[in-house]
Amino acid sequence: MTLDTVKNAEQTPDAAQPWAELGLKEDEYSRIREILGRRPTGAELAMYSVMWSEHCSYKSSKVHLKQFGEKAPENDAMLVGIGENAGVVDVGQGYAVTFKVESHNHPSYIEPYQGAATGIGGIVRDILAMGARPVAVMDPLRFGAADHPDTRRVLPGIVAGIGGYGNCLGLPNIGGEVVFDSCYQGNPLVNALCVGVMKHEDIHLAKASGPGNKVILYGARTGGDGIGGVSVLASETFDATGPAKRPAVQVGDPFQEKLLIECTLEIFKEDLVAGIQDLGGAGLSCATSELASAGTGGMRIELDTVPLRDNTLSPEEILMSESQERMCAIVEPGKVDRFLEICEKWDVIATVIGEVTDGERLEIFWHGEQVVDVPPRTVAHEGPTYQRPFARPSWQDALQADAPTAERLVRPTTGEGLKADLLKVASHPNQASKSWITDQYDRYVLGNTVLSVGEDSGMIRIDEETNLGVSVATDGNGRYTKLDPYTGAQLALAEAYRNVAAGGAKPLAVSDCLNFGSPEDPDVMWQFAEATRGLADACQVLGTPVTGGNVSLYNQTGEVAIHPTPVVAVLGVIDDVTRRTPIGFAEEGQLLYLLGDTADELGGSAWSQVVHQHLGGLPPKVDLERERLLGEILIAGSRDGMIDAAHDLSDGGLGQALVESCLKGGKGARVVVPEGQDPFVFLFSESAGRAVVSVPRSEELRFNDMCGARGLPATRIGVVDGDVLDVQGQFGVSLAELKDAHTGVIEALLA
Amino acid sequence: MTTRVGVVTFPGSLDDRDAQRAVRLAGAEPVALWHRDKDLHQVDAVVLPGGFSYGDYLRCGAISRFSPVMETIIEQAKLGMPVLGICNGFQVLCESHLLPGALTRNDSLHFICRDQKLRIENAGTAWTRDYSAGQEIVVPLKNGEGRFVADEHVLDALEAEGRVVARYVDVNPNGSYRDIAGITNAAGNVVGLMPHPEHAVEPLTGPTTEGLGFFTSVLKQLVNA
Amino acid sequence: MARVVVDVMLKPEILDPQGQAVQRALPRLGFAGIADVRQGKRFELELEGPVDDAALARIREAAETFLANTVIEDFTVRVEEDGK
Repeated sequence: MTLDTVKNAEQTPDAAQPWAELGLKEDEYSRIREILGRRPTGAELAMYSVMWSEHCSYKSSKVHLKQFGEKAPENDAMLVGIGENAGVVDVGQGYAVTFKVESHNHPSYIEPYQGAATGIGGIVRDILAMGARPVAVMDPLRFGAADHPDTRRVLPGIVAGIGGYGNCLGLPNIGGEVVFDSCYQGNPLVNALCVGVMKHEDIHLAKASGPGNKVILYGARTGGDGIGGVSVLASETFDATGPAKRPAVQVGDPFQEKLLIECTLEIFKEDLVAGIQDLGGAGLSCATSELASAGTGGMRIELDTVPLRDNTLSPEEILMSESQERMCAIVEPGKVDRFLEICEKWDVIATVIGEVTDGERLEIFWHGEQVVDVPPRTVAHEGPTYQRPFARPSWQDALQADAPTAERLVRPTTGEGLKADLLKVASHPNQASKSWITDQYDRYVLGNTVLSVGEDSGMIRIDEETNLGVSVATDGNGRYTKLDPYTGAQLALAEAYRNVAAGGAKPLAVSDCLNFGSPEDPDVMWQFAEATRGLADACQVLGTPVTGGNVSLYNQTGEVAIHPTPVVAVLGVIDDVTRRTPIGFAEEGQLLYLLGDTADELGGSAWSQVVHQHLGGLPPKVDLERERLLGEILIAGSRDGMIDAAHDLSDGGLGQALVESCLKGGKGARVVVPEGQDPFVFLFSESAGRAVVSVPRSEELRFNDMCGARGLPATRIGVVDGDVLDVQGQFGVSLAELKDAHTGVIEALLA
Repeated sequence: MTTRVGVVTFPGSLDDRDAQRAVRLAGAEPVALWHRDKDLHQVDAVVLPGGFSYGDYLRCGAISRFSPVMETIIEQAKLGMPVLGICNGFQVLCESHLLPGALTRNDSLHFICRDQKLRIENAGTAWTRDYSAGQEIVVPLKNGEGRFVADEHVLDALEAEGRVVARYVDVNPNGSYRDIAGITNAAGNVVGLMPHPEHAVEPLTGPTTEGLGFFTSVLKQLVNA
Repeated sequence: MARVVVDVMLKPEILDPQGQAVQRALPRLGFAGIADVRQGKRFELELEGPVDDAALARIREAAETFLANTVIEDFTVRVEEDGK
């Protein structure tokens, strides 16, 4: 086949092109022809198709996402907002923190180990590209039913992949979530979060400016990995009946990535780069067009110079390749030698592949012939925008009407019945201990992990002298969001916010990973519109701007979409990590207080799922002002030594929180059901805006005064004591029995 | 004069900064050593830290063992310089034949990270003088290939010569023969340990501070020497 | 007893980090002239019965579905002759 050069494209305007196979719509193809004033070359078509895919262009979601900018609260801490590789937040003392959560759902279903591994690799490079040293990772995961055979295939591979890659990079895994629900059967969700730390002056952006500056590609050689992966893997639904699409899967090399991290940080230290971008989805197409588009526009690339692992690759394939562990830097000519020297020190291959030009075109050459000549903005930033139709699903009213009232779902009325349900909830895979999974992740490396697995949030010390630290929590409840997407998304934020505050940190900013079904389904699109609206509104009230994130659509098998699952990550800062609050009840005699109000709210609850396999009604109400007040009390209580343990109340309600805090601290508790409170509602309701705290007796007066003065309901419900969780007048259950129920559950399923 | 303890960074070393911190908290001066550099920069002792040097792709420690810095370390270790290999460092020491046996894949086939109870069996090595024989400590353990194996007669000899430095207690996390967590050479200056004492040196970040003893031990050894 | 050997290798187009790490170390150790290294797995299956077409078909099925991950790996099946 002859090379499809720009000249050739001009001379053969009517040549047939596989735009449909590459996932482009007819009007999109016409627009490309209009932009270029001719038909695109093969290489150009490849670039446009991949950059205009849903995954890269956010064409269905961006009309909704723009609310995150429009409704962004005033926040002095924001240093870099949406649109860069990741947002950056000021945390004081000259430090800046960057964090982001992203999805790698479809690749992880096809090849669980490599899919999950390269998910970690990708998010870590995003953080690195901002100029930060990556310091921790977290993984929110969703699987199909725990006892489904395919879960046994997918889960161990994904967990091993996250561990295999993250452990080898030397990044502590400090938390995350694992949720089982049959709605994720054919569409497990593998979201990955990374946190990075830098000094303010080290912030780097992805832009190519300064004509004459060199474009350096460094890291792994380019092979045929995941060619077309972006458009095929990330944007198309798995067809249950058709032939399996198995494009080349990307394989991760964490060792190469570790070298890339150390090498890049050394390069940053010597201030050698003017702009930098990691290579992720859409590989070089994305990196070159985004760098040029965000800069002055002009760039010339000699594609022949790209180091290849496979010499048979065509220029189109080189541009599309998703080989992992690569970065692209813009370097002033005088600094190129030193740049290459540092790469050599770390055994990292680095090659000058082109330069920034003073024009406004991205020009790519292959064996001296021009194969690409495009305005880069039209590739990277001016892709199509869709106003997808959306409408409240016809089934939504019936779902909400099916409330879990006492008449519909039988509630336990005796002590024995309450105990049985408590144990059922605690031993369900969703609430049970995840140690089989988290024990496969290194949580100690780097020596700065203050809070990690089993805690409400993960916390990392970032300065050993001053004890400044940051914490992160991720949450998302697909059941709540299915019942009411607007409220469900707000509840996800509220829970993550609460979890960060419960650890003693002040919530600062948000990153989100929005996992939904097909945007071509108006029901799904309504869920998406409602969830983004809810999240943007809530961020505005809580003062925590969305700094970035990712949208994953087409999470469905056939006509059946997953529960809408917005996963929300909240980042917080704590001035002194030695003041952090763990969840475990460790000191006998301390008093237990329930903060917040408890109402009869069981819609979407763990109890309704575990005991009745029921999903209906409305999720718990959200009161964001209350969440903020609760957060302030938890932070003040931690800072001033009034609280020794705190646990947010969420899935499974107070009962589950008590189980976890007792087991974590190795102490029992005597608990009294408050006057006039129904014991079942007391233990199983999932009303939001609540936490249980353990208060030293010497601090009780001061703590009560604080809550009273601020107007936060605080009810004394018991005391830390013995080795039994005793709900007085109802039942007692020994720690040994609780441990038995709570641990070993996941192991047993996978054995 | 401050005692200088070198910590080697191989490509893929991960716990090098942690080992440096532990050295510092023990009161010595940590010195970063680079795998390509044969010069040990006048250090008095060396720690080979944990990690996945060269990705551990061939066998753990197999490629690092041939790095320039190891040439000098092997030479000096034979002359009595204290060397502690932690996790991947232990694997490098076995591949270098400074210690017998080998470390193979955990019997569970999974990477495991847990707080592990150990019993110090030999409190006479350069790295364990601050413990007492029979003392039990808890430090993090994290490995995918931590199962210590050796021939029966090697194991018998190790036991007979008191060269088992530490043993797993309560749980054998990886299937190590005879619950062995760490061993020493005959001279007691070279110690290999699978668990991570450098992650148990601060109450804030470790399960205990009981790992610090390895680093204070070598300090005392060198001051007294 | 007959022995059947199943060799599993990463597909040629798939990145092999293990092989690469070994290849890059070889010249440093003085082993020059090796252009590429790929690392694979070898399974030795001892059969209870004869190696007939049915047995081989079963082994191929086992290799296809279990021993190899055909998303990223290829495999070959061969019978090891006696006395070799």
